[in-house]
Amino acid sequence: MTEPTTKRELKLTRQGWADALIELGQNPDVVVLDADLSKSTLTCQFKEKYPAQFHNVGIAEQNLVNIAGGLSLTGYIPFVSTYGVFLSGRAWEMIRTTICINNLNVKFGGAHGGLSVGPDGASHQALEEIAIMRCLPNMTVVVPADYEETRKAILQSAKIEGPVYIRFGREKVPVISTPESEFEIGKANVLKEGDDITIIACGAMVAEALDAQAALAEKNISAEVINLHTIKPLDTATILKSLQKTKALVTVEEHQISGGMGSAVLEAIASENPVPAELIGVPDTFGESGTPKELLEKFGLKSSNIAAKAEKVIQQKQ
Amino acid sequence: MANILELVKVYTPEIDEKTQKNLKYPPEISRFSTPTKQINMQYPIQFNEDELKEKARTMRKDIVKATHAAGSGHPGGSLSATELFIVLYNSILRHDCDKPTHETRDRFILSKGHITPAYYSILARTGYFDPEELLSFRKFGHFLQGHPKKDLQHGIEIGGGSLGQNLSIAVGQALGLKKRFTKSPGTDTDADTPNLNIPRVFDMSSEGELQEGMMWEAIMSASHYKLNNLCIMVDYNRLQIDGRTEDVMEVAPLDKKFEAFGWNVIVLKDGHDLNEIYQAFKKFNLLSAGKAPATQEPDQPELDPTKPTAIIATTIKGKGISFMEDNPAWHGKAPNDKELAQAIYELNETKN
Repeated sequence: MTEPTTKRELKLTRQGWADALIELGQNPDVVVLDADLSKSTLTCQFKEKYPAQFHNVGIAEQNLVNIAGGLSLTGYIPFVSTYGVFLSGRAWEMIRTTICINNLNVKFGGAHGGLSVGPDGASHQALEEIAIMRCLPNMTVVVPADYEETRKAILQSAKIEGPVYIRFGREKVPVISTPESEFEIGKANVLKEGDDITIIACGAMVAEALDAQAALAEKNISAEVINLHTIKPLDTATILKSLQKTKALVTVEEHQISGGMGSAVLEAIASENPVPAELIGVPDTFGESGTPKELLEKFGLKSSNIAAKAEKVIQQKQ
Repeated sequence: MANILELVKVYTPEIDEKTQKNLKYPPEISRFSTPTKQINMQYPIQFNEDELKEKARTMRKDIVKATHAAGSGHPGGSLSATELFIVLYNSILRHDCDKPTHETRDRFILSKGHITPAYYSILARTGYFDPEELLSFRKFGHFLQGHPKKDLQHGIEIGGGSLGQNLSIAVGQALGLKKRFTKSPGTDTDADTPNLNIPRVFDMSSEGELQEGMMWEAIMSASHYKLNNLCIMVDYNRLQIDGRTEDVMEVAPLDKKFEAFGWNVIVLKDGHDLNEIYQAFKKFNLLSAGKAPATQEPDQPELDPTKPTAIIATTIKGKGISFMEDNPAWHGKAPNDKELAQAIYELNETKN
């Protein structure tokens, strides 16, 4: 098993959420709503700076979402904050029927996504949000890879008229971008160019994909790495362009394989350019208590697993 | 689908075809009558009980005609909420069909989204669209969807239909309006000329909807945020799809529950009594302007101008049409040709 070849600085994505909200708070129409988790989601920092623009609705996620909807009807731009598992799951029908059918201008910050809540166990590990958010018409779904991308995604979401769901994790994740790096919601970033295989990743898995690319390069395998931070709308053009060149695909996400980012990619290429593919993610099972690292290893979400799957797919190319 | 003219023909067989052609039908049978004059934002708005009684009768005809034309829909709960709609839209709500997006308008949110036959009737009759459109209720491609679809130009503030959701929207709106308009406190605190500076939000709900847990999240938050510009109307008709509310899942005592959650409660003994409804709304006019009503009822709890207000209206489902009254079968069923003719006949006969 190869260990990561690059040592990267680690930084909280949720700090990107809080920093962006504080930047946006200069606009008095920006309001932030939380459901008794402001210390975890870090919206407490926004509250400290803009107390009149912060509302805690208590432990009531359904009410949280629709109060935000009502505020948006009076011209406010609400940013809704709580753990992704409760936000996307508990309040799914409110997001569907009130926010998405009416196309209300509400932004969702789904904190503690994926396996990053580790020891809390299965109830708190959000592994389904991409699937259940991307199937909603009018919704935009973004899974930024690091602190900077999270910050940029929040800032850009304020300029989109309509609902946006942004997923980020609890733990510090490797920094893969800089304040100057290009980031545009809806446009995938090709981080490494290659000819033999396309590795598409989102969220914290982008860093793992980059490590896998480096490991493959040592074996003279040239992998292209795409950071697919926006799951919806999907940048099909960038994906197809890459696959026309490499003719092989691996996707990797900290999410159920069923309905996730990999599924979205396969849906998009099915009629245009199907290629041999492997989807890496959580295989139709729930998580359990453990450190995030132990859980990522259990589900094969480390760079070594990605590299191994990539080699397997390359062999299927002929 | 038979139109009204054909129906009358079918059920008045003694009239020959020539007479039929030349017969001038009363306008309420042959056509939906033209919109009443538009309401503007000025106060005081008149309350004329006789006029409103006539309007309620027209609304009931709209309800049965629209559901008949659609072949589906919800007449029972529409008929129980009729007088609440009539008083609200004609005498209380500050709205103007020519300015449907005006930022200082009072908002009406339909929580029990299935009573679109009543909702669309009041919107048509207060000028938001031609009442003829009611005949296209629930039809493919038409804006009068089975459950409301957000359409501000036609007076529909927000979509609905999933019970339990919309009071939270009303809470968000009332909170947003208070935040936005509080900076300029009003001076007029008369019952007839309430504070025009903070728009109010009215939510129409029912006792059945209060079985949804989310309602209580919203109710709890409304008093926490001191939303005295929020009023919920509970159309307490004691029936739901599967039968009597007390048998399906008891919600009583609603007055005590709302009080315990920090709300003002006004119980209407007869939710079809126009004057009783109007007096309750007048109290809310004062409360929403930050002033307690001068005379408190001896048997009622004190009304607090910092609290949201619940008007719990004791009503009869299917009110006004004998075979629909207090019968859960008419929750979500359209009248057939014969039933429509009888309903219209009964409504024409009723002068009270």
